[in-house]
Amino acid sequence: MDGSSKKEIWIFVQHDDGEISEVSLELLGKGREMADELGYKLAATLIGHDVKDLARPLIEHGADTVYLAQDASLATYRTLPYARTICDLARSMNPEIFLFGATPVGRDLAPRVASSLRCGLTADCTDLRIGDYTSPVKKKRYENLLLQIRPAFGGNIIATIVNPETRPQMATVREGVMVMRKREPGRKGNIVETPARTEASDLAVEIMERRTGSRTINLRKAKVIVSGGVGVGSKENFDLVFQLADALGGTVGASRSAVDSGFIGKEHQVGQTGTTVRPKLYIACGISGAVQHRAGMSESMKIIAINSDPEAPIFGVAHYGIVGNLHEVIPKLIKSYKERTRIQNGK
Amino acid sequence: MDSIVLAKQVPDTKAVTADAMKEDGTVNRAALPAIFNPDDLNALELALRIKDRYGGTVTIMTMGPPRASEILREALYRGADRAILLADKRFAASDTLATSLTLSAAIRKLERFDLVICGRQAIDGDTAQVGPQTAEKLSIPQVTYVDTVIWIEEGRMAVRRALDPGYEIVESSLPALITVMGDSNHPRPPSAKRMMWLKKARSPSEIKREDPQAWETVCSDLAERDLLVEEWNIDSIGLNPDVCGQSGSPTIVKKIESVVLKGGEFRLIPPTETGITSLIEELMKDHTLD
Ligand SMILES: Cc1cc2nc3c(=O)[nH]c(=O)nc-3n(C[C@H](O)[C@H](O)[C@H](O)COP(=O)(O)OP(=O)(O)OC[C@H]3O[C@@H](n4cnc5c(N)ncnc54)[C@H](O)[C@@H]3O)c2cc1C
Ligand SMILES: Nc1ncnc2c1ncn2[C@@H]1O[C@H](COP(=O)(O)O)[C@@H](O)[C@H]1O
Repeated sequence: MDGSSKKEIWIFVQHDDGEISEVSLELLGKGREMADELGYKLAATLIGHDVKDLARPLIEHGADTVYLAQDASLATYRTLPYARTICDLARSMNPEIFLFGATPVGRDLAPRVASSLRCGLTADCTDLRIGDYTSPVKKKRYENLLLQIRPAFGGNIIATIVNPETRPQMATVREGVMVMRKREPGRKGNIVETPARTEASDLAVEIMERRTGSRTINLRKAKVIVSGGVGVGSKENFDLVFQLADALGGTVGASRSAVDSGFIGKEHQVGQTGTTVRPKLYIACGISGAVQHRAGMSESMKIIAINSDPEAPIFGVAHYGIVGNLHEVIPKLIKSYKERTRIQNGK
Repeated sequence: MDSIVLAKQVPDTKAVTADAMKEDGTVNRAALPAIFNPDDLNALELALRIKDRYGGTVTIMTMGPPRASEILREALYRGADRAILLADKRFAASDTLATSLTLSAAIRKLERFDLVICGRQAIDGDTAQVGPQTAEKLSIPQVTYVDTVIWIEEGRMAVRRALDPGYEIVESSLPALITVMGDSNHPRPPSAKRMMWLKKARSPSEIKREDPQAWETVCSDLAERDLLVEEWNIDSIGLNPDVCGQSGSPTIVKKIESVVLKGGEFRLIPPTETGITSLIEELMKDHTLD
């Protein structure tokens, strides 16, 4: 078999204002790993208007091929023209696997595409692997399927889902759960320009006005996150959480119950319905550690839990547990960190 | 303005406790209360507000077991004009693709509609896929994450959709399908008057069928009083059973595990100054903290 007839893994590239979204780069990282394992090629689908400059960085992040489709009608994301362009491409190239970020765009587009291609689609995966599956009904063994792993039932169970018969095997994947590869300047790959064939009926939805602020806080990029829960007690008391985050150069996170209680804004929420994070250090203050919260933070490199209840489930995922009142523990943490840095700098 | 609201009866996943989990790690659905999917109540409310403003009708449709008629009644109490249950054993174990195929085939049977309204997502799977897939099957445009309908006129609408962060105002031709955000409105409560009148409404499969003749009498009696919930199956929708239910579902659940705490290295740090200082020192030494 020559290299050009190799099977392919595809990544849908999302971009906003000329910038590739992080989740697409994360998926290229995971896609590269799986392509190497399977001996497949990795391709990125880049759709838009005036986006050719984004092709290089995609190759440098791991893509072997970039399928580039450009047209003025594709300048801003709209479901129908994007879906048609993607489906045309997929029908002609038959990828084995097709991954989208589980962002509002990915979750709008992927189901439309999957329905049109009559393929299975798994939403909001938190892990992907390659593995075999034997159908108990058909007594048939399938090798090297995409194992799509996702929480279900409000985060109480983890399901592994496969699409044995339909191609491509499609999934949307949560932001922040896959690890981006280091950019490899000068990495080689092909850019394949393909036509975009938009039809009049695809323009049924017109964007009249669009406001996109930038997110004021970026939990996903934070190296240190100090999160507060209901145990913090009040909006005023959250100041203490902010003080610790400030001292450590970190960002403030929160549990959903703290958000629901009005202690802090929703953009700070970590967990299944909030942001998934994996910082170097996660400090959970007054958080019980419900599955839905753990789902968004248990991959952090180091976790410190501060909780007055020694039985709190958060201690089950923590590396360091401090059983105590956070109102006493946090000031001690701030004081001792400040002292240590002073000593270190004094040396 | 004729709207069709698609709603699902779901297990209340907020109520999942340890006893709701079976030993093999699967969820014991029977141990959980079944509720009207929360976002679908917002979808219904939006449809009712459109009817209040522009006139027309609201039809509620669900695919599910006979018991799912409970949410149809709930929708009738709140103001829906017509309710349709899609029930057939051969629909069981449908994934989102088979579900949307079934729903779209049933919608096609209705002569006219301007809007199909879905909730953003159902809390059992949180997939948010059935709306867009149904739109594709009907070959109509979709607008997801809608929080406000700004205006509707003959054949056209303007809506606001939530972006994260921000928003977009879009215009679309009708018919179209929209999915509705859970925080877009406050669903009205059931009306006591409608409840009095409609609480006896039943779908044919809810009525005991031991004696076929007695069953027919009950059905025709309910029908006469406008209390028989319409019920369709694979044959009445005219679908091929191969594309429904499990055989029409490309996704297969390979394995289910209950969530277990990840055991690992764990150390208890005393909440004292010495304890905390040595923790900080350790974290600085291994460069977790700079
Ligand atoms: C579908 C669904 C999705 C969800 N998504 C999320 C999500 O994305 N993120 C999320 O976080 N939650 C989510 N939840 C909610 C989750 O189940 C929990 O309810 C929530 O995480 C609990 O928040 P908490 O730990 O702050 O509050 P609690 O459970 O009330 O815990 C407070 C803790 O603080 C401790 N405490 C009290 N006082 C002190 C003190 N002075 N010092 C130290 N400790 C103290 C207590 O011992 C207790 O352990 C979701 C729920 C559902 C059903
Ligand atoms: N069985 C069903 N019957 C009717 N509507 C459904 C069904 N399943 C899903 N829906 C609709 O599709 C939306 C999204 O569901 P889901 O893709 O399962 O998250 C729901 O909020 C409902 O509006």
